[in-house]
Amino acid sequence: MKSGRFWAWIVFALGAAYFFIPLIATVEFSMRMRRGAYSFDAYQVVLGDPRFQATFIYSVVAAIFTIVLGVLVVVPAAYWIRLRLPQLRPVVEFITLLPLVIPAIVIVFGYIRMYGSNSPLPFLASETGANALLVIGYATLALPYMYRAVDTGLRTIDVRTLTEAAQILGAGWGTIITRVILPNVLIAVLSGAFLTFAIVIGEFTMASLLNRPAFGPYLQNVGANRAYEPAALAIIAFAITWGCMSLIQILSRFAPRSANRPN
Amino acid sequence: MTEPFLSIQHVRKSFGPITVVQDFNLDVEPGEFVSFLGPSGCGKTTVLRMVAGFEEPSAGKIVVAGKDITRLKPNQRNVGMVFQAYALFPNLTVAQNIGFGLKVAGMPKADADRRVAEMLDIIKLPQMGDRYPYQLSGGQQQRIALARAIAPKPKLLLLDEPLSALDAKVRVSLREEIRSIQKKLGITTIFVTHDQEEALSISDRIAVMYGGKAEQVGTPFEIYNRPATKFVANFVGTLNVLEGTVTDAASGKVRVNSQEVSLKGKLNGSKSGDTLSLALRPEAISLGRHPGRDSSLSGEIAEVHFLGSVIRVRVGIGGSTVSLDTFNSPATPPPAVGEKAEISFSSGDMLVLH
Repeated sequence: MKSGRFWAWIVFALGAAYFFIPLIATVEFSMRMRRGAYSFDAYQVVLGDPRFQATFIYSVVAAIFTIVLGVLVVVPAAYWIRLRLPQLRPVVEFITLLPLVIPAIVIVFGYIRMYGSNSPLPFLASETGANALLVIGYATLALPYMYRAVDTGLRTIDVRTLTEAAQILGAGWGTIITRVILPNVLIAVLSGAFLTFAIVIGEFTMASLLNRPAFGPYLQNVGANRAYEPAALAIIAFAITWGCMSLIQILSRFAPRSANRPN
Repeated sequence: MTEPFLSIQHVRKSFGPITVVQDFNLDVEPGEFVSFLGPSGCGKTTVLRMVAGFEEPSAGKIVVAGKDITRLKPNQRNVGMVFQAYALFPNLTVAQNIGFGLKVAGMPKADADRRVAEMLDIIKLPQMGDRYPYQLSGGQQQRIALARAIAPKPKLLLLDEPLSALDAKVRVSLREEIRSIQKKLGITTIFVTHDQEEALSISDRIAVMYGGKAEQVGTPFEIYNRPATKFVANFVGTLNVLEGTVTDAASGKVRVNSQEVSLKGKLNGSKSGDTLSLALRPEAISLGRHPGRDSSLSGEIAEVHFLGSVIRVRVGIGGSTVSLDTFNSPATPPPAVGEKAEISFSSGDMLVLH
């Protein structure tokens, strides 16, 4: 028994070292911009760079639109599949997994060919259209995470009975989704939203090929031309992702407890 | 004769090739409490769901207060429903749950709050308005579900096995509470259950269902004492079934295991030599001869079970066994297994099953 626990700790220590040593090395390197002393100079340079602020704000706004689009598409779709078309679930699950299998570069080349300025739907002919296409592309990339999060949330409630209970009390579909279903899967939706946020903030391929001023291409650009700033940026991006994950954990504690699952 | 409040006319429901409800007819009077009683899969819940609007009949129509509601959506029917699984909204407080239908209907907040308080008083949970469903027991949750269903003053109340998920003690008290609230409000109610005791104890009438059809519709007294079919007789209460051969149809004489018994009245539609299924309720039988009991059969004590105040005795008569209960009397020892015994009953209590 004791020997088993010893080896478990060894495995844990090796895993932790594999994870933390590069992280610590990056933090250490990002603080060596000033000769002979540790400092936050690299962070000051990065945070003071107007391109950092512009690209970061652009990506945050894109992430917010992506989350809204994802919620509008995924919540009613996952709800309807659970309620009326359960036989389609395996098909829909497969479709939502496709963005993990098909590389982003393939998707974006498809977009460029389909929605170029000469196509019937010329998204790329204007700035707004290109931004909209980027958000649609991001929503596609985030689909596996958003769908799974919402579907897991829906699994914890009795969708059919709650829907029928609301219907018999006079509620229409809008009321049922906004007042009954969405509040009960809100934590799941937020989990999907934060995962989407983390994906969008660091995404490079789509933003770069659609020539959008997003944070991902900026990270790449800085990484190619500077020494210490990329390490600082990597740590900042890492902190944002971790912040999102922590928020998911905190919010999940406030999930409404189901009548059928008192604890 | 008053106009029926709810009229279910020639309703049929098929799911693909399977017909689960066939030619179902029922008229329910205003303020009546009618139970659909039957085993799992008999179609009782499907009929209820068609009245609620969750299923569309394949044929037939449903009329409430003179209006055909067959094709109306559930949210247009003004019907209240209580579900087996409570179906309270977990994100809303008790008061918000009860007020949900009122808010959807656009009732002003002050009026809705008053109605919610009134409902909480009716279900005797006046202090529970701020609690969430997960903070309540099963019985309390189902009372909230009942309050939520009746708060918008529906025309019709549908109860889909509302007591099945509760323990025995709560079930008894809640069923009495449901009946008393229903009587107080005078709301026409359909109650689905597979529990015969529940149906017998609280219904004005019972529709016993089997194979998607109503086998018999009647008062609990009629259903229990005058079952129309073999299924009803077997499903409702405990029943002793004996095989008999008609010896004289005109005078109602039947031979059971070489012993002749007389039934009350003629055996219309039968002729000598026909085999009949005869039913006797245990409470209609006495051990030994008793005054006023004009028929008897002889047999042998097969089993004796001492149950405290009651002794359950099984008497073997030919190939059949008849079960009866006698009260325990400290002065009289229970009969012994293997003893010869005679059972007596009134000829009017022996029913011919079709």
